[in-house]
Parts: sequence; C-alpha cells; structure tokens
Amino acid sequence: MSAATAPAVPAPRLHRSLAEQRRRTLLWGYAALGVFVVLFLIPPFYMVVTSLKSSAEISAEKGNPWIVHHPTLENFRYLLTYPNFRTYFLNSVEVTVLVVLITMVISILAAFSLSRMGFWGSQVLGTGVFLTYLIPASLLFIPLFQIIGKLGLINKVWSLVLIYPTLSVPFCTWILIGYFASIPKELDDVALIDGAGYLQMLWKIFIPVAMPGVIAATIFAFTVSWGQFLYPMAYLYTSNQMVLTVGIVSDLIRGDVFEWGKIMAACVIAAAPPVLLYAFLMDYYVAGLTAGATKG
Amino acid sequence: MAGDTSAPVGVSLAARPAARGVGGVRRLLHRRSTVAFLMSLPLLVLIGGLVVYPAFYAVYLSMLNRHMTAFVGLGNFAFLLRRPTFQMVIFQSSLFAITAVAFKALLGFIIAHLLHAVPGQRQRVLRGLLLIPWVLPLALSTLTWWWLFDPSYSAFNWVLTHLGFRPVPWLGDGWIARFCTIAVNVWYGTPFFMVMYLAALKSVPEQLYEAADVDGASGPQKLVHITLPMLRNIIALTVLFSLIVTFADFDIVRILTSGGPQDMTHVFATYAFQVGIQSGDIPLGAAVSLFMLPILAVSAFVVLRGVSRRSREMAL
Repeated sequence: MSAATAPAVPAPRLHRSLAEQRRRTLLWGYAALGVFVVLFLIPPFYMVVTSLKSSAEISAEKGNPWIVHHPTLENFRYLLTYPNFRTYFLNSVEVTVLVVLITMVISILAAFSLSRMGFWGSQVLGTGVFLTYLIPASLLFIPLFQIIGKLGLINKVWSLVLIYPTLSVPFCTWILIGYFASIPKELDDVALIDGAGYLQMLWKIFIPVAMPGVIAATIFAFTVSWGQFLYPMAYLYTSNQMVLTVGIVSDLIRGDVFEWGKIMAACVIAAAPPVLLYAFLMDYYVAGLTAGATKG
Repeated sequence: MAGDTSAPVGVSLAARPAARGVGGVRRLLHRRSTVAFLMSLPLLVLIGGLVVYPAFYAVYLSMLNRHMTAFVGLGNFAFLLRRPTFQMVIFQSSLFAITAVAFKALLGFIIAHLLHAVPGQRQRVLRGLLLIPWVLPLALSTLTWWWLFDPSYSAFNWVLTHLGFRPVPWLGDGWIARFCTIAVNVWYGTPFFMVMYLAALKSVPEQLYEAADVDGASGPQKLVHITLPMLRNIIALTVLFSLIVTFADFDIVRILTSGGPQDMTHVFATYAFQVGIQSGDIPLGAAVSLFMLPILAVSAFVVLRGVSRRSREMAL
C-alpha cells in the first residue's frame, strides 16, 4: 500500500503549490481590479454626492468635499418644479423615442433586404453602410447646419429627429445584417412555400429569431440620441427647444455662478435612463458593443 | 452572404426582358430585387441626403469666402495652415488622439487580462462596474470632471493639500489642461477596449495555453507568443476605430476647457465649432473639419479591409 501511494506524494504537493500560486495571482488581480473600479467610479460617485449637497454647504467650501455633511433632496425638488428642466427632459424623451422608432424601421428593412434579398449594388451599399458608421458627427455638422437652416429647422428640436438617424442607422443596420445573415436560409424557403410575403417573413420569423440583435440595436439607438451633444449644441439656442445634454450645460451654468448641487442633480436624473437600461440589459448592451468585432 | 445576394441579382437582370413571358419563378426573382430595393430606399435616402450630400457640400462650402459670396479655391486651407493657432490645433489633435488611444489600448488590455482570470459571476459584476464610464452620457460625466477639477473647491486639490502637496491649477495651465482632457478621454474609452479585448480573449482556444504549459512556457512568453498574435486583428481594429472617434472628439474639450487656456487644448472639432458656428465663418469652419478627412479616410480604409477580411474568413 505504501508502495502504491509513494509515487503519488510529489504530485499533490506540486498541485498544491500551483494552486497556491494561482490563488495568489488571482488575489493580486482582485486588488488591481479594485483600484480600477474605484478610479472608474470616482466621477459618478462625486456626481451623486454633490447632488445631495445644499448650495450653502457647497459655497461654504469647508470640510471634506467627498462626503455629504447634511444630505438634502432640495436640488432634485428644485429641478422637478423648474419648468425649463421639465422641457429639456420631455424634449429628450420625444426626440429619443422618435429617433429609436425611425432608426429601427429603416435599419430592419434595410438589413433584411441587404442580408437576404439583394439587388443591383446591394453589396456595395452594405460596405457603404459600415463606412458611414465610421463618419463622426464633427465632420459634417457645419454643412448640416446650412442644410438645416435652409429647411427652416434651426433652433427646432425636430432638427435632431432628422439628423440623429444618420448616427444610429448605419451601426444598427450593420449589426442587424450580421444577425439576419446567421438565420438559416431553409427558413425562408419554408416561409415562401407557405405563401408568406417578404414583409410577413420579416415580421414573423426574422425579427423574433434575431430579437437579441434587435434589442442591442435599440439600445444603441437610444444611447446615441439620448447622449448626443454636438448637434444640439450647434443647432439649438433657446431653452424651450433644448434637450437635456445642452440644457444642463448651457442653462444651469449661468455666468460664473455655478449651482453645482443642481447641476449634478440634473446630471443624475439625465444619466439615470441609460444607466438603468444598461443595468437591466447588460448582456445585450455588451453584445451590441462587441458585435462590430466578433461578427463579420 | 456573398453567395445569396449575388445570385438573385444576376438572374433578375438577365430575366427582366423575358420576365413577362416566362413563368412564376423568374417573375418572383424579379419582384424580389424590386422589393429589396424599396426596402433599402429609406436607408439610401438618409445616407444620400444627410451624409453623402453634406460631405460634398462641405467641400464646396470650404472653398467660399466668409460671406459666401465668392469662390476662393483652396484659400481657406492655405490661410489656416499659415495660422499659428491652427498649427497648434493640428498638434494638439494628434497629441490628444495618439496619447489617449495608446493609454486606452494599454489599460484596456491590462484590465481585460485581469478580468479574464476572474471566474464566472464575479467577472460579470466587475465587468458591469468597469463599463459604467462608457455608459454614462459623455457630456454629463465631463461636466462632473470639470467640477472635480474646479479651482476654488476642487475635490482633487483637497486630497492633494491633505497629503501635503501644493494644489494644482488643473484647467488653468495649458499643459496640465491638455493632460486633463486626455485623462478624461482615457477614463471614458478604456472600458470599450476592455470589453472588446475580453470578448476576444474568450475566443482564444484554451488548448493553446495548456500546450504552452506543458512546454514550460512562462507567463510573458504565453503573452507574446499566444495572446498577442491571436488578438492582433482585434487590437488593430479597435485601435483604428478608436483613433477615428478620439480624433473627432468634441464633448470633452468643449465642456472642460472650451479650447482654452490660450487655445492650447483646441482640437479640430471644437475649433471648427468656434470658427464656424460661434464666429459665423461657415466656410472656414467647414475647412477646419475637412482637415480631419485624410486621417479618418486612411483609418477607415484599414478598418474596412480588416472587417471584410474577417467576414470572408468567417464565410469560408
């Protein structure tokens, strides 16, 4: 018996030291990750902390700024009754809802057509869609300013509904092409034999099967139109037309009198929708983020 | 995808003259491409009207004089290149983009590696927390950074003075302000790199590492000979994509410094905004924006080649 166990002795020891080594590496990993988490969360933490401070506490400039000495909700109460802020919020909601709807209709139709049906030049268009996605907003905002001016939409919140899809549609179409292309072709044939039209096929088969892609695309369209800053900054200048991003930056910062408690409370409210969406749909969010890389 | 789009195209074109005479199949194919075209029409109108047309319009605009009454050829571009402020904008845009992307790529890689070693549910939670900077609307988080840098009640300076250091004029000094804009961009963009690399790391076959372990390879050796070659494509794509986005950044500089102090932090987008929208010189602003085009075009070309090569590989 001892002869049988003898050769086995060194193995567990080696195993243990390897496990020990792994455990230590992992602990160092946790420590390093902890540092990164703290660094990454400083701004959101400070945003929330400041939003709970009264203007008096902030302007006193005494004590540790990282903690709240007398927490209060007065900033949030102020914002809820401040008509301008309500306008920004409602404008943001209107623009975002419309842009998401428009984006999804355009993208789903185009992605279905480009990935499944095809027509003369559809492959070039597929590549063109990806190329459009790479064009940043800051390249075209000046000619678009002129175009919007000619359409009489300067300082109209509707101009954003017209412009934002140029930022959201290319990426949404691109990832939906990937999802649609991965659906087996046999399904189409079955549907066509059963006498379904193309729109019926899209509605009954493709959208349900590619639902994760549709959700990821919706999240992307939402994030883009909720957080865009350059276009509203360039095209909107009166407070009744503004959306949250510019409204907070340009209206709540009055001259040199910074009402930082209110500004940060406004940021908390404005950041809440995308953060909540992310919290509940994180996997779709990440799928959409990495789709450009892991899908063809 | 390549196969099933090209087939109906060829058939339907050839079938068009004979479609009425021959039976249902060809008519169906013919109709199929028409329906397909109609379904893509909204996309074509959108891209044509609000991307392609404005792009050419920008070129035309950039060749007009300030009041858009006369054609000045490349005069605006020549004027900009002679202007010291604009030379600084070119320098700062390059510095901003290259430094920020390098740090984002490096930090993203390190964090992805650390996360990859963390098991299961805990990895999900940590990834969730580390992705928050990317989720927050950039304009709002930059505003918070500004408040953190605030000279009179700076939260950072409070920490520094309590540790015995002198307070730092974060946004008041040119080079420090440049550092701050880059730091905020790194903070915002690192999670994107992290998620991309993490997804790519998961796709590296575990057997490769096991084989390397058997051969007695060290950690750094595995990194250089397995991980980096396997991730080469995705690293290149992510870096180039981020280079485009970072080069074109507007939000951070606009909110944090508005280009100051002494125009030292201006990048193309914020300078174009100041010249074109705020000072009302539309043609000059359009010219400033167009200076971004060469670098964007080169990056886009490389990204596109990488992406189409990847999709060809996937199709095989």
